[in-house]
Amino acid sequence: MEANAILRLQGIKKRFGSFEALRGIDLNIKEGEFLTIVGPSGSGKTTLIRLLVGMDNPTEGEIWLRDVRIDRVPANARPTCMVFQSLALFPHRSVGENIEFPLKIRGESADKRKKRALQLLELLRLPAHYYDKRIHQCSGGERQRVALARALAFDPEILFFDEPLSALDYRLRKALEKELKDLHERTGKTFVYITHSLEEAMVMSDRIAIMRDGHLEQVTDAEGIYARPASRFVAEFMGEVNLFDIEGTAQGGIRSLGTEVHINGANGDTGVHLAGGEKGTLMVRPEFVRFQQSTETSDFIVKGILRAEYALGSRIQYLVEAAGGAQLTVEKLREDRYKGEINDDVILGWDLDHTHLIREA
Amino acid sequence: MDRLNHKLGLLSALPLVVVLVLSFIAPLLVVAGFSIMPQKVFSLINMPDFSSYLVIVNHGYWKSLAWSLGMAFVATVILFLISWPLAFAMAKVFGRFTLVLTIAVVVSLFVSENIRLFGWILTLMKGGLIEGHMRAWFGTEMDGALYNVPIIVFGLVYVYFPFMLFPLAQGISMVPDDARQAAADLGASRWRVLWEIDLPLAAPGIVVGSLLSFVLAAGALAESKLLGGQAVIVMADEVETAFTYGQNWPLGSALSMVLIVIIGTLAIYGVSKVDLDQIMGRKR
Repeated sequence: MEANAILRLQGIKKRFGSFEALRGIDLNIKEGEFLTIVGPSGSGKTTLIRLLVGMDNPTEGEIWLRDVRIDRVPANARPTCMVFQSLALFPHRSVGENIEFPLKIRGESADKRKKRALQLLELLRLPAHYYDKRIHQCSGGERQRVALARALAFDPEILFFDEPLSALDYRLRKALEKELKDLHERTGKTFVYITHSLEEAMVMSDRIAIMRDGHLEQVTDAEGIYARPASRFVAEFMGEVNLFDIEGTAQGGIRSLGTEVHINGANGDTGVHLAGGEKGTLMVRPEFVRFQQSTETSDFIVKGILRAEYALGSRIQYLVEAAGGAQLTVEKLREDRYKGEINDDVILGWDLDHTHLIREA
Repeated sequence: MDRLNHKLGLLSALPLVVVLVLSFIAPLLVVAGFSIMPQKVFSLINMPDFSSYLVIVNHGYWKSLAWSLGMAFVATVILFLISWPLAFAMAKVFGRFTLVLTIAVVVSLFVSENIRLFGWILTLMKGGLIEGHMRAWFGTEMDGALYNVPIIVFGLVYVYFPFMLFPLAQGISMVPDDARQAAADLGASRWRVLWEIDLPLAAPGIVVGSLLSFVLAAGALAESKLLGGQAVIVMADEVETAFTYGQNWPLGSALSMVLIVIIGTLAIYGVSKVDLDQIMGRKR
């Protein structure tokens, strides 16, 4: 148990009939961090956040908020709150009344409530005259801010987010992601965010927890998720990636099982170590793979045929078919684009530094 | 094109408008006309006066009006209180069982109101189902439960139950679940959620259900006649008597007008306060 954990989840399981939605979650959420739980739909992340805010109870396991056990405490008695996916603003109340709602429940005076609401409007960069606006007069981004202000008015120990940006268009979402990160820094509160978009998680979070089929696959920072994924699932979840099945040899080296990878370790040491017969996966991200001449050398080399080229804006993506039919992805910045033709024979190479070994149990 | 559509719209509405005017507005105008005729005339070609309205004030007819409105009000309040939990469950909890319940309640409407009330009379009267069994099993001698004001209110509640239940369920189904959950998450107790979220957001359903129940109950006749045994005389009873035994059409018309104006004002006020489009399922 970590000393600075604000929320501790111990062996959380949730069953719906015979279906096990959560299969043993252990997680420590640190005081003041921005933690994002990422998973595809059906991974159990919504079930998990419902347990965390108290809208449902776990079948097994314990949730501790500092030194208080809260897994059976109903939502209205927990000092945490959530920004809903739908925002769940009260349509019959004005912006001001929405923000003041938690204060009204607490029985604070009208003057104090209004003062706090105006402060929060300012914190979220909404003009003060929005206080009297109706919810349906606000745009999507403004509603987002009102929902945030209402949650902050509650002054929660932990603020949960259930994919609140998913309904917005791309540009607004990008802007609000950065605003949310900024807000996290200014308020110093613990934010726990749920999303299906790892890209969103990368922008905002201090730590990312990847969820799959009711368990946590990996919990680490953005760099770790991107460069050192713990499993193929995590590696593939974050966009394009090249994966190669390998096996340790009896001589202490490695050999490729599927696509033929030429492995040129210095002094016979490939830098990748597997026991004899142990299987693993080599991973390299598309931007670290380069096109090279037959005279050049790299730690790892694959030969293939260039099959397609896609413009991704600032980058260009290439699809290369390796011998055996496997497809590799290479990405280059526009200025480093490959000067060749489709159906050229190409040699791809990359270095050990950019190669990650995934060992799976 | 818009103008053409507009014209075509008016044109296609015309037959219905004619039928409505002839069958709905015209009789009302006739009643309004008769209400300002002298006493006991059978023609609209007379010198108008307000004698009928004077009779209503001077001969204690206001008591019947008070009973009608009072009992309708009490019945509406009771209906609201007992329908709310069931309507809530129908809208939010029961799922498919709601359909079964809906059919059961609707089927009861297939049997005429009077026959259902007679069923209650056989159940409640002295020597009826309840009192008879009590006497046979326990030897307790007691009066039937009929012929008083509470039993009239009971009858109103019983008969107009569906008219409160369904609009209320419809209204409650419009309350978004996430708004209720968010309110609870922000610290509101169940009662606070009910007061701050459920009641205001279900208001259209509450208003429609209450108006329907109140309007129907205020004009009801059978409950006071059959169950109440005319323990009190209600407004509809007075109207009927004036038109039939009394042979006083102007008085009957004036009594009707009083009821129509009061209920009409109430209905228009109530409807103006809620968004009917919303409950009819149309998007704003």
